[in-house]
Amino acid sequence: MDIRGSNIVVQYEGKEALKGVSIEVNKGEIVTIIGPNGSGKSTLVKAICRSIKIDEGEIILEDKNIHSIPTKIIARKLAVLPQVKSVSNDMLVEALVSYGRFPHLGFGKRLSKEDKDIVEWAMEKTGTIGLRDRNVITLSGGERQRAWIAMALAQKTDILVLDEPTTYLDISYQMEVLELVKELNKTLGISIVMVLHDLNQAIRYSDRIYVLKDGLVFDHGDPCEILSKETLKDVFNIQADIYEDLQNKCPYIIPNKIN
Amino acid sequence: MNSKKQKLMILVFMVLTIVIFLLSVGNGAVQMSPVKIIETLLYDKGSTSYQILWNVRIPRTIIAALVGINLSLAGVVLQGIMRNPLASPSTIGVSAGAGLVGLIFLILFPQYYYLAPIGSFLGALGATMLIYGLAWNGGVMPTRMILAGVAVSSLFGAGNNALMTFYPERVSGVLNFMVGGLASITWGDLKLILPYTIICSMILMCLPTRLNILMLGDEVSTGLGLNVEKTRFIFIILSSFLAGSAVSVVGLLGFVGLMVPHITRMLIGSDHKYLLPACILTGSSFVMICDTVSRVIFSPIEVPVGIIISAIGAPFFLYLLRGKGGLSYGHKRK
Repeated sequence: MDIRGSNIVVQYEGKEALKGVSIEVNKGEIVTIIGPNGSGKSTLVKAICRSIKIDEGEIILEDKNIHSIPTKIIARKLAVLPQVKSVSNDMLVEALVSYGRFPHLGFGKRLSKEDKDIVEWAMEKTGTIGLRDRNVITLSGGERQRAWIAMALAQKTDILVLDEPTTYLDISYQMEVLELVKELNKTLGISIVMVLHDLNQAIRYSDRIYVLKDGLVFDHGDPCEILSKETLKDVFNIQADIYEDLQNKCPYIIPNKIN
Repeated sequence: MNSKKQKLMILVFMVLTIVIFLLSVGNGAVQMSPVKIIETLLYDKGSTSYQILWNVRIPRTIIAALVGINLSLAGVVLQGIMRNPLASPSTIGVSAGAGLVGLIFLILFPQYYYLAPIGSFLGALGATMLIYGLAWNGGVMPTRMILAGVAVSSLFGAGNNALMTFYPERVSGVLNFMVGGLASITWGDLKLILPYTIICSMILMCLPTRLNILMLGDEVSTGLGLNVEKTRFIFIILSSFLAGSAVSVVGLLGFVGLMVPHITRMLIGSDHKYLLPACILTGSSFVMICDTVSRVIFSPIEVPVGIIISAIGAPFFLYLLRGKGGLSYGHKRK
């Protein structure tokens, strides 16, 4: 098992954003967290990535509490692609990807030959090698997201956490990113934890889904089974029909009206 | 911009810094060519020229350079860690704190005038800690810190104004401190600033990657294994030492810490591996040029260097701003 979070409670200014959430991510799995706005998806992901402190509960990464492991060591096991990122106007793709080697560098050390090879490899895997000399800000949405994923990949971790990797991208870029994530999972065995808004994408690309509502896990399990009409009504407040997507062999949700 | 170009540019800056140093030492009420300067220093130790050079011009120019280095390094670091183009030593309250404590000594206790430098240095550190504390909410948010800095600065500014209102007859004596002046610099001032310049810039030179990573955002930095709070705290303390020691020697020189980093970033890019050494060179050159102009322009009357800095700096800054289509700065991307 890669990650085990139990009874996670997070408070934001007196309000409980997470009220005792437990989550497990097994090796080589794609786990997607879904839920309406304000249900605590991003909070959960930030807690797992130690960007926010948890008030109760614990998060275990490979048998150790993440708050007892030095942050640099965690960064060798778990890479993060947050929602909010910033780059300077003149940041080149290759430079960005090379920062992925930071957790492996000793104090004041430069990139070794091995580090540079890994940066090459990460760019190759994400199809960004042709973009290496481009400014990150001049890239298209999909290219930019691939460059960030390349940076995370260069960390050479077993786990990759992505917070809404498809938000603000148009549909072809969304697919581009999700296909890449799936490919990295299949070919490299990297465990994936991500937050998605699109329910159909979540069903199609995940091994397991966690449905969050009001800071609690409403349900979790096989994507083909847990998103019933009742769940959609209770959690997302919509009436929907569920069809079968024959090509991808999974359910397909068509929302009809707001409850 | 590739790294070869950036290295070449640093080399050019180095040469320019040396040329500007010689020009600055050679110009003033008495003019000397670079050759004359070297001759005088080596073979003519009894002369008046030697006295002027060794006891007035050289310490003054060296301190001008150090002040430029300190303020611009402090500014570039703060802009980096706060990811905010408005950050500068004055934004985190260093200048305000230093100014108030310095003025308290100069105006209320003029008999202890010699304590003003150390007082303003402590004021700088105290104000920084105060603002850091005010901005703390389970972690320091850069925007919160800048807003706290603006508020505290204006409060301290009110204190400065109150002092001047109650003791108008003593204002003329402290004018040099308030607008920033290099007129009465001696070798003795060197020990107030040089140790900080050397130690802080050496530490900073070891940390350019950390600054680059902080520019990517707090969450990305954490994901890459950087302890964001600790790193940011270390950088704030370093810049507070740098700016505090500069203010303690020359008084309130605004603008250098804001402007030189921007100008340098426009010239050499925002990779701190090159930006930090470049700022050392451009910062020192800029203050040396302004100091020379302040001595020469209305000679024999000397204008406080702070006025020249704003007069030269602001138009040049605006020119660059228009030319490059805006500040080269970190943009938030989703």
